Amino acid sequence: MFRNQYDTDVTTWSPTGRLFQVEYAMEAVKQGSAAIGLRSRSHVVLACVNKAQSELSSHQKKIFKVDDHIGVAIAGLTADGRVLSRYMRSESINHFFTYESPLPVGRLVVHLADKAQVCTQRSWKRPYGVGLLVGGLDESGAHLYYNCPSGNYFEYQAFAIGSRSQAAKTYLERRFESFGESSREDLIKDAILAVRETLQGETLKSSLCTVSILGVDEPFHFLDQEEIQKVIDTFEKVAEEEDEAEGEAEAAPAAAQAEQAGDQDVAPMEI
Amino acid sequence: MTFTIPIDNGDAVKNAEADSQRTLYPYVTGTSIVAIKYKDGVLMASDMGGSYGSTLRYKNIERIKAIGKHSLLGASGEISDFQEILRYLDELILNDNMWDDGNSLGPKEVHNYLTRVMYNRRNKFNPLWNTLVLGGVKKGKSYLGMVSMIGVSFEDNHVATGFGNHLARPILRDEWHADLSFEDGVKLLEKCMRVLLYRDRSAINKFQIAKITEEGVTISQPYSLTTFWEFQAFHNPTAGAQGSW
Repeated sequence: MFRNQYDTDVTTWSPTGRLFQVEYAMEAVKQGSAAIGLRSRSHVVLACVNKAQSELSSHQKKIFKVDDHIGVAIAGLTADGRVLSRYMRSESINHFFTYESPLPVGRLVVHLADKAQVCTQRSWKRPYGVGLLVGGLDESGAHLYYNCPSGNYFEYQAFAIGSRSQAAKTYLERRFESFGESSREDLIKDAILAVRETLQGETLKSSLCTVSILGVDEPFHFLDQEEIQKVIDTFEKVAEEEDEAEGEAEAAPAAAQAEQAGDQDVAPMEI
Repeated sequence: MTFTIPIDNGDAVKNAEADSQRTLYPYVTGTSIVAIKYKDGVLMASDMGGSYGSTLRYKNIERIKAIGKHSLLGASGEISDFQEILRYLDELILNDNMWDDGNSLGPKEVHNYLTRVMYNRRNKFNPLWNTLVLGGVKKGKSYLGMVSMIGVSFEDNHVATGFGNHLARPILRDEWHADLSFEDGVKLLEKCMRVLLYRDRSAINKFQIAKITEEGVTISQPYSLTTFWEFQAFHNPTAGAQGSW
């Protein structure tokens, strides 16, 4: 995208009917580190890549609990994301106070989208520079939405946003049809595998990603490092074994089989 | 009975209308509501009277109304305040329907909304002079609750307002049990309403029984109960005390 004379004000249309400031805000989302969401009929998993400014600092918090039944993962200007998360928590808790009933996630995203739209139509405001993956429950089950700085929102079976999200999206596109009926464990595995795609070569470690889950009988919570590492081990180990087996294939196929049998003792999914 | 606490309309000293804006006493009132949970949902009964003080002035007031698809609201107390509440709920249900998203407000949500409204008004010293009974069924679960004019709110298997608390609840405590059939439920409610008819001077002999189940709401046409006045004690009532005074 190049600079042009219609991109200074959010309230200035271009001759081709575009609001460039809004589009620039969407660019900001693409600069943030990746966030991934996927859902089955009963669960939603949100995962993100932990990027820290430097080795000395802690990583930015990108996934927020909004309520027991709603969580949000952000990409882009994390400060804007925090402010919107606070708004979501506020809406959620006010609804619960009045109605003693959880706010349906579909209604929350509409409130969010309307709030974002306001910033695209006031000359003294700027659009929020953050994309939000909102996962939550309502009467019809689990839902995943993406809220855009433009004020649009879309519902997804699975989605990824942020830098190098295309790799994750390609992975998800191959697999999404099975997500609806996925078990909770398979959903978590797919989320972590999608995160791995965005790392493009870097070894996947549990310290590099944050994973959260919520479901029909499961309030929103984060998976701890051990759990994530266990899941990583199930597929990283298999990859390692495959490499070693290839190397030894000519030499001792029996030995390779023995190794795999040994592996069966270790892989937790066999138990 | 006058209050000296000013409200939104400004200082009662400077603004003569401020004081007259608050509800101080009720004028046209409805008497008891009695409601029970039964096998398929909730049954609610009320008479159709609106009293103006001690005069039984209005005899065709419907004090039970359907709210949305899942709830039934019965009210005793000031009828105009009940109508105001129906307007609030109408707006609430309208906005809920406008979402058009497969989610809908169930009886629990409506009950809590009403609790907030009643308590809020009580805090401003401008109450809605009603005791409300909210019953409903959503996703197979029955719900029955009550809110008073001061915001006291609770749920139970059977509730009653006003005189119903004193005359009907003891009967219900003895004879209510879970999974009543429709016929048994109606018989039980009629027993309560008959006692109220004999003993509550603001009750009239014109009733409606409403039922709410997963399928929806039905409010019966008005009907009356048979009463018996031929007790020996009523014959010759002055037998024991002849005289002009």
